[in-house]
Amino acid sequence: MQDKIVLEAKNLKKHYHRGSEIVKALDGVDLKIKGSEIISIVGPSGSGKTTLMNLIGCLDKVTAGSLKIGDNDVASLEEIDLIKIRRENIGFIFQRFYLIPTLTVRENVELPLIFAKKNINAKNILDLLKEVNLEDKEGIQVKHLSGGDKQRTGIARALVNDPKILVADEPTGKLEIKVGEQILELFKNLSEKGLAIVIATHNLELAQATQRIIHLQDGKVVPKEKSDLYY
Amino acid sequence: MKFFILAYKNLKRRKSRSFLTIGGVAVAVAVLVALLGFNAGYQEALTSDVDKMGYQVIVTAKGCPYEAATMILSGEAGLRFMDEDIYNQITSDPDIDKITPLLAQLAYDPEKQGGKGGFINYLGIEKSYIELKPNVKFKSGGWFSAENANEAILGYEAAESEQKSVGDKISIPDKDITLIIVGIFERTATQEDGAVFLPLKTTQRVFDIEGKLTGIGIKLKQIEKISEFEERLYPIASIQVISMSQVKGTILNLVNSAKILIMSVAFIAIFVAIIGVINTILMSVFERTQEIGIMKAIGASRSDIFKLIWMETLIICTLGGIFGSVIAIFGGNLTELLVRKVMPYAPGGRLLLITPDLLVYSFLGVIIIGIISGLYPAFKAASMRPIEVIRSGE
Repeated sequence: MQDKIVLEAKNLKKHYHRGSEIVKALDGVDLKIKGSEIISIVGPSGSGKTTLMNLIGCLDKVTAGSLKIGDNDVASLEEIDLIKIRRENIGFIFQRFYLIPTLTVRENVELPLIFAKKNINAKNILDLLKEVNLEDKEGIQVKHLSGGDKQRTGIARALVNDPKILVADEPTGKLEIKVGEQILELFKNLSEKGLAIVIATHNLELAQATQRIIHLQDGKVVPKEKSDLYY
Repeated sequence: MKFFILAYKNLKRRKSRSFLTIGGVAVAVAVLVALLGFNAGYQEALTSDVDKMGYQVIVTAKGCPYEAATMILSGEAGLRFMDEDIYNQITSDPDIDKITPLLAQLAYDPEKQGGKGGFINYLGIEKSYIELKPNVKFKSGGWFSAENANEAILGYEAAESEQKSVGDKISIPDKDITLIIVGIFERTATQEDGAVFLPLKTTQRVFDIEGKLTGIGIKLKQIEKISEFEERLYPIASIQVISMSQVKGTILNLVNSAKILIMSVAFIAIFVAIIGVINTILMSVFERTQEIGIMKAIGASRSDIFKLIWMETLIICTLGGIFGSVIAIFGGNLTELLVRKVMPYAPGGRLLLITPDLLVYSFLGVIIIGIISGLYPAFKAASMRPIEVIRSGE
């Protein structure tokens, strides 16, 4: 299970039209991610990090190439099918948390289940909140939480549908160093249970703490040694 | 937690804005319910007034028939005088079932309404008056002791407002006469509840208009014969015959014309409320673009977002509908007071008839409005592409 490939991209391309110009945001990316692996995607602004994360998260459609998530080739799927893949396979974590401020921790965590039309199991939710150290804060409105607890809530929300891949965009960007380290520790625990975690970041310390670094530049994967990283 | 709670909590995030929008819808609904209630109530009250009057036909001195009819409906029995001989002349007409002479006079009493002053309506009548009006009954006391007695019978409200009972005395302003109250009528819910009734002869004497009447109330054996009856009275140049059903129709036509204008105002209020709802929801959608994008990222489909935003609109309209109906029901008395002040003639009884049917239809109407006004914001939100809206916030 842990060595199984959960994501495979071959010659993955994403091109945009900007007026008459074609922007090659991703231009032939090959990538394999195994279950239980934590990888980071780094690169300067405009290198294609966000685009790659969006394609992995099934938020955007592929221009060319193939992208397999689990056993599904998502490159040719329409939005309605991408939603299903997203619900079943992907969990998202954002730098700005993007929680719904008037809802409680528990209610925020339950949201993906509501959208997936799944039954809400109170015990499962509580177990999940325990896993992210939020069991005593389940009834608190998230607007009253600290940044670290907000991100923990975001992680619990991302995990509630039992995804295969966790897509994290600068997950420690808005957190204090100590809290960031705790979140990374949590990621490691989760990956040991078979979850693949893909982190897009500018934070080199965070990137170096992951098992593998994918370096993007001009929409392509560039082989670089960790020590060569300069941004 | 379901979509409803999510939608409700979203609205709670912007309390003032949501509250004001609900207020806008409530006002529009209240105006609509009040107007439709007025439509039904006025018609019923006018019909009741005309029916209770007992007359099918009134004969007055020549002049504007509608002015005269309105005066009579107001309990003032015509504007101009006609000779009492006319009454004697037509009383033997074969088509007449019952007939009564009327002489109305107004007098200004500076002491009325606790010193504010006001007009008192004195109505000179004969015994035939109560024979023609089956709903006129004595609450206390009885009929005058003689046809020229210095006695009065008070309408229900006249007695209540002046705190008078049988045996008390009243005087007529600027007239050197004291009248003993011999009877008080029960409430009839018509304008005549506020009148002071005197014997016809006494009225003629006190106001120095001997041998004069202001109107004659007539009930025909068969109302269908009104044209023939009118034809026979035609040679009497100084009078006119007015059918109360015609008067009722004409008043209702006038009221209907005014109603069209008022209804247009109500529809403008509803239109403004719809725009308000769309504006509120649309603003809330634009303010939450990232949030909507994130919801899509965590598994919400287009229809989920559509449903959520639509539900917010429906909550606003439903609450607006409930508050509007409550305002219309409890503010009904105030509206009625206002209508009575501005309308030249308002019948007795309730002018606003707010029935459960009316409330249900208005409520359904506002729900339909909610459904329609929620369409565009909901569609706009559902069409957002998660990728673009998430990026727009970074």
